[in-house]
Amino acid sequence: MIERIVIAGFGGQGIMFLGKLIAWAAMRENKFVSFLPAYGAEVRGGTSHCAIVISDKEIASPAFDEIDTLIAMNSPSVLKFIPKLKNGSKLFINASMVNNTPKIKGVKVRLLKFTDIASGLGNARTANMVALGAYLASKKLLSLKNILKLLPEAFKNNKKLQVLNEQAIKAGMNLIK
Amino acid sequence: MKRNQKILLSGNEAVAKSAIDAGCRFYAGYPITPQNELIGYMAKNMASSGGIFIQSESELSAISMVFGASASGVRAMTSSSSPGISLMQEEISYIAGAELPAVIVNIMRAGPGLGNIWPAQSDYFQAVKGGGQGDYHCIALAPSSVQEAYDLTLEAFVLADKYRIPAIILGDAMLGQMMEPLVANGKNYKPLAISHKPKEWAATGCFGRKPNVVKSFYLNLGDLEKFNLKLQKKYKNIKQKEQRCEALNINDARIILVAYGTMARLAKEAMLSLREKGIKAGLIRPISLWPFPQKIFQRLAISAKRLVFLVIEMSYGQMLEDVKLAVNGRRRVEFLGRSGGGIPTEEEIIKSSLSLLSS
Amino acid sequence: MKKIFGRTRSLRGVDTHYCQGCGHGVVHRLIAEVIDELNIREITIGVTPVGCAVVAYDYWDFDCVESAHGRGLAVATAIKRLQPDKIVFTYQGDGDLAAIGTAETIHAANRGENLTVVFINNTVYGMTGGQMAPTTLIGQKTATSPLGRNEKTEGYPLRISELLAQLQGVYSVERSSTDSVQGILKTKNAIKAAFKNQMENKGFSLVEVLSACPTYWVLSPVESLDWIKNTMSKVFPPGRIK
Repeated sequence: MIERIVIAGFGGQGIMFLGKLIAWAAMRENKFVSFLPAYGAEVRGGTSHCAIVISDKEIASPAFDEIDTLIAMNSPSVLKFIPKLKNGSKLFINASMVNNTPKIKGVKVRLLKFTDIASGLGNARTANMVALGAYLASKKLLSLKNILKLLPEAFKNNKKLQVLNEQAIKAGMNLIK
Repeated sequence: MKRNQKILLSGNEAVAKSAIDAGCRFYAGYPITPQNELIGYMAKNMASSGGIFIQSESELSAISMVFGASASGVRAMTSSSSPGISLMQEEISYIAGAELPAVIVNIMRAGPGLGNIWPAQSDYFQAVKGGGQGDYHCIALAPSSVQEAYDLTLEAFVLADKYRIPAIILGDAMLGQMMEPLVANGKNYKPLAISHKPKEWAATGCFGRKPNVVKSFYLNLGDLEKFNLKLQKKYKNIKQKEQRCEALNINDARIILVAYGTMARLAKEAMLSLREKGIKAGLIRPISLWPFPQKIFQRLAISAKRLVFLVIEMSYGQMLEDVKLAVNGRRRVEFLGRSGGGIPTEEEIIKSSLSLLSS
Repeated sequence: MKKIFGRTRSLRGVDTHYCQGCGHGVVHRLIAEVIDELNIREITIGVTPVGCAVVAYDYWDFDCVESAHGRGLAVATAIKRLQPDKIVFTYQGDGDLAAIGTAETIHAANRGENLTVVFINNTVYGMTGGQMAPTTLIGQKTATSPLGRNEKTEGYPLRISELLAQLQGVYSVERSSTDSVQGILKTKNAIKAAFKNQMENKGFSLVEVLSACPTYWVLSPVESLDWIKNTMSKVFPPGRIK
C-alpha cells in the first residue's frame, strides 16, 4: 500500500494544518509517513500546498510526480495539479470555490462544497476539516477515531474549536455515500 | 513524554531538538531558506532549556559567537544553508585551529551563487575537504531521514567533544523540510554524558589556576608545524575509528549503488527494484562523509570480482572522487548525478544500472 | 627602600614585540592596572584581536580568547552571555573594529551587550605594513594612499565612536589620548570607568584611545605624540562622547 496525497489551496485555508493532521494520524496508526510542505518562494503569492506519503513500508521519497489523491481547495490548485493525477486517482474539489468541473479520464472526481458546508456550521475556516471528512469516508485509510483523538492536542485543548472541527469532519464524511 | 513515543517533526526541527537534548546551550544563526524551521525552533525553545539564542547580524557573526561559546566550554551550534555556510568558512578553520568542539548544520540548497532553494548535495567538497584555510578537517555526518537527523546530531556533539573538532551535519533541503515520525530518546543516550566533561582548557576566568588562552595563532616558526602534526595525528585516529556506513546486499552484488543522505533513500528503492528483477544489486550509504568509509570499499574492491560501483549524487561528482580514491582503480566506478534542484529518479538509477551491467 | 613603581600583577614579566613609541604597550599596562585595581583578574576574559596586538595574551596574565579579524564583539557577546558573572572585554584596532568588523561592532553595541571595548585608533594598519585605515586622516600618506588620503576616492576618516554614540543600546563612549602623562591618566580613568560600568551591569561601554604608531607615521616617538596632539586630535577630539 502506498498513498500519495497532495493538498492545495489559498494561504489561510488550513492546507498545512490538514496535511500535518493526516500525517500525524498515519503516524499514530504506525504507518510509514512523510509530509513535505511547499516552502520558500513557492508559498508566496497566496497559494500553498503540501505532499503526504503514507505507506506500509519505508518511504523512499517524500516528493513525487504521480498523485493518488488530490484535495484542491481553489481553482489554481486544480489547474496546477491535474496533470499529475494518476490513473485511478481521486480528486476532491472544493466546489464552493471552483466553478468549472473538469472531466478527466481515469480520475474519480468529487465536487463538494467544503466552504459552504463549513460556513453553515458556523466557521468557513473549517472547510479543510470538511474535506478531511470526505477523504476519510472515501479512502478509508485512516480511522475517524484516531483523528478525533488528535484534536485536543491539535487545538491545544480549546474545547470550542475541537467541537467545531469534529462537526466539520463528520459533516464531510456524510457527503460520501 | 513517554519513552519511545513517536513525534512528527521536520528534519530541521529534529536537528534543533536533538541539539537541545544533547545539552547544546548556545545557538546563533541567521535566517536562510531552507533551514528556517531550525532557527525558529531554537528561538522558541532555547531559553526555556536554559540556553542562549541569538539571531546574529550575519553568518560571520553567528559562527564567531559559536567560537566564543565553545571557548567558554559550552556545547554550541549554528546552522545555515549553503551560501551562509560559505560565509562561515574562515571561522570554522579558526575553530579547527583552536581545537574547539562545535556543531555546524548545513541544510544544502543548490548552487553555485544564489542558486535556488531546492535540495542539492553540492557542498560535499566544502564539508569534507576542509573548506577554509589550512590543513584541517571537520567530521561530517549525513543523515538520510528525520530520525537519523536527530540521532546523528546527538552523535555530532559527542564526537565534537571527544576529539575537540568541528562536526558538520550535512543535510539537504528535502531532509530539512520533510516531516517524519521520530523517537527522540537523546536524554537516554549514554555517550553524551560521558563526553560532557568539564573543559579544563576553556576561558572561564583564571580563578585558582593558570590563565587559559584559546587561540589558533603560532608566532614562532616551527610551533605551527608541531601543532599541525598533532592535528594530523588526531585526524588519522578519527579515520581509523569513526568510519560509518550502511551496507545492504553487498556480499553477492554485481553492482553497488553508492549514495548518501536523502539520495540514498531513492538509491535503496532502486536497489530493491533491481533485486526484484533478479539483478544482484547492493547499496552502500556513507553516513560519515569525513572520515569517508574507505575500509568497506577497499575490502570489496579486492574481494569481489566482477563488481561495478554506481555513485549517485545530487551534484556533479563530488563524493565520486572519494569512492574512486578508496577503490583505487581496482574496480569500475561510474556516476549518475543531477544538481540545480533536479534529483536523479528511481527510474534513472535503474536504467543506468542496467546499461552499466550490459556494457 | 620603598618600591614606587613595578610590574602590575596582570602583566607578565616578558618583553613585548612592539616598536619604540608604540601606544599598545602603554594601553596594555593601563588595562592590566585597572584589572588589578578592581581585583577582577581571576574573573576577566580578554578577547584579543588580529593585528599588532595579536599576541596580547602573551603579555596579559589572565584568560584570553583569540578572535578572527573583525569578529571580536561577536566572540565576546557569546562569552559574556554564557558567563554573565565574568568580566569580558575586547581589545581592537581601527581596521578590526571600524572596517572589517563594523557590522559586529554596531550590532553588539545596538544589542547593548554588557561589554567593555578598548578601541585603539592609530590611523594605520600596523601589522600589515602601514596601510590606510578607516581612521586615516585626509592627506595622510600610507602604503595604500601614497599620495595622501583623498576624500573623493577614499572617503573620510570614520568617526565610529560618534556613530556608536547614536545607538540606544550604548551606555558610554569616551575618547582619550595617550599623547601626554595627563592624557594617559585620563585614558586609564576612562578604561576603569568602562570596566566598572560592566561590573554594575550598565551595558556597552567603549573607550577609543588615540595611540601612536611612529613606525608607519614615519615620525620619532616624540614627534608622534605631538602629531596626536596637534593633528589627530583635531579630527578625533578627546572627551566624553556619551
